[in-house]
Amino acid sequence: MSSERVAVVGCGQTHHRKVRDDLSMAGLLREAAERALADAQMDWKDVDAVVIGKAPDPFEGIMMPEIYLADALGCAGKPIMRVHTAGSVGGSTAVVATHLVSSGVRERVLTIGFEKQSEGDTTWGLGGGRSGSVGAGGYFAPHMRAYIDRSGAPDYIGPAVAVKDRRNALKNPYAHLKLENLTIETVMESPYVWEPVRRLESCPTSDGAAAMVLTNEKGATEGAAWVHGTAIRSELGQFPGRDPVNPRGGRDCAADVYSQAGITDPFNEVDVAEIYVPFSWYEPMWLENLGFAAEGDGWKLVEKGVTDITGELPINVSGGVLSSNPIGASGMLRFLEVALQVRGLAGEHQIDGARTGVGHAYGGASQFFAMWVVRNEKP
Amino acid sequence: MRDVAVVSFAPSEPGLTGVEETETQLLFPVINEALAKIGITRKDIGFTCSASCDYLAGAPFAFVQTLEATGAWPPISESHVEMDGAWALYEAWVRLQHGDVDVALAFSSGICSRADIREVLSIQLDPYYLAPLWLDPLSFGRLQAEAVGQEPPTQAPAYTDAAAAVVLAAGDRARELVDRPAWIAGIDHRTDAHYPGVRDLSKSESARIAGQQAGVDKAPVDVAYLSAQYPHEGLILMDALGLTHGYGLATNPLMVSGLIQVGTAADAVIKGDANRSVGHASAGPCLQQNLVAVFEA
Repeated sequence: MSSERVAVVGCGQTHHRKVRDDLSMAGLLREAAERALADAQMDWKDVDAVVIGKAPDPFEGIMMPEIYLADALGCAGKPIMRVHTAGSVGGSTAVVATHLVSSGVRERVLTIGFEKQSEGDTTWGLGGGRSGSVGAGGYFAPHMRAYIDRSGAPDYIGPAVAVKDRRNALKNPYAHLKLENLTIETVMESPYVWEPVRRLESCPTSDGAAAMVLTNEKGATEGAAWVHGTAIRSELGQFPGRDPVNPRGGRDCAADVYSQAGITDPFNEVDVAEIYVPFSWYEPMWLENLGFAAEGDGWKLVEKGVTDITGELPINVSGGVLSSNPIGASGMLRFLEVALQVRGLAGEHQIDGARTGVGHAYGGASQFFAMWVVRNEKP
Repeated sequence: MRDVAVVSFAPSEPGLTGVEETETQLLFPVINEALAKIGITRKDIGFTCSASCDYLAGAPFAFVQTLEATGAWPPISESHVEMDGAWALYEAWVRLQHGDVDVALAFSSGICSRADIREVLSIQLDPYYLAPLWLDPLSFGRLQAEAVGQEPPTQAPAYTDAAAAVVLAAGDRARELVDRPAWIAGIDHRTDAHYPGVRDLSKSESARIAGQQAGVDKAPVDVAYLSAQYPHEGLILMDALGLTHGYGLATNPLMVSGLIQVGTAADAVIKGDANRSVGHASAGPCLQQNLVAVFEA
């Protein structure tokens, strides 16, 4: 669809932690951005435009933070935009940045997703400060329970995902949670936060940022990842007949991005995927929603180890959202990690020979979706 | 670049304040009107971009509520900026460059009358060094007026409540929809540094670059609508854009002001009142961030 091919030439992320009180908010973005620029062999002055994304402003208590961040991100005299699409924001921010390049409007775009959760109270922010708020997990728990009931999945599937992603995180130097020797039993012994989700099946709250440098073909370097498709979808959050367990917006988003990338059989044609799994049961749910498994069969891929780092379809080999959750960056990290994979730069969690990667993010009441497909070859 | 035009513009009634509706309720009629004017429905829209602000709504995810006004079912291709609606228009213009989508909707909403805007806009400042001083927008306005040797204003324009929607269309689709599409001859946005102490407040370098990139000076301008809150802002912007006249803001519905000025400039071309117009949007203290759009018949 695009007039210009888009290359991912730089990837950078912070060391995600519960509290990064060694850095200001601007410092957090700069840690990720400087790593992305170094990877791209660029300097701040080489950037044409900056696109940032984060979750709601009340999380940190700063309104429209691009106004303040302009200085630290070297934007004086340049364009800066701020995207906000709930949990999917890191993904949709990367999509907006991609469009700036693919449209021919800009040549070199720096995009950053971030959250400094320690500077606010996310659960308070989610409730608008008006109530204690049930938290995101409280909202999603009934959807996971409905999935378990519909699919007949055994109760250890969620815990198995939690164990897998935390084992993967041990191979990722940037991951927040480093839980050694986790077993399905220890996960199942941890207390329920929102039935069916236990504490060890939930994402952490993290400070962190993710940054990427995107260029047109002219600016691309050897070993870049190439964007083969982007898609976003939004749907209304609440109305009779809507299926929030397997939402149509996610299915449509996947169909759109696969079509752009020429993918007809995602399970066999995708080498690695990073999908947005903030609570364990979302792995089998999204495997079905994104067309990697038939409806009701997603949990069987987990059970057979297909989504393990050594499996046929490795999912979230970076450790995923379950291991690091700087909310506004969490979606961009999914996009970034698959770019690293097809570039062969994922280090200890590299999947050998990964050529096609899918990044995915979702948000709101499972109603906002963003995806991209990247490959090691040009479209 | 692909030829893209604004083909329809619908704002809420000017000067609303103390509205009882939600932002979604303000948006629903203006989106309906923007579509009805050109005889299309929500199904004809290939891309939607919205703009809103959680700190005006007093709750997170203001845009989740306003999505209802689009009737997003079946699911739509939609994005959101936490910026003035003029930047939603910009994102829609970028999206329409690709050729796979021909019609886009951009809209924004903001209800100022339920908030203490002086307090809200203080929360927009650098959280470590400026926000603790609770610098309010009028103080910044007075500071900048001094910098250009003008009488410091004693009052900001009233912060009001509004919603607005624009429809953009590309190429032949635009020509089908309206007799005189307001072709976007150029559009660009830039920011200056945030700290008032590190820039020359008597000038707007970001507005100058945006205006130059948008091509304001390539031909005479019939009419300009600027997001100028005070007379001195008008002077600074006209100097930056090389204009001799322009209309400023009578009232200031945050998040919508810029989209209204840009939409009004486009509407002047659509209605035949102008052959070449300029619309401008701004954000941040002392005109920190600026967007300039040039429309041609």
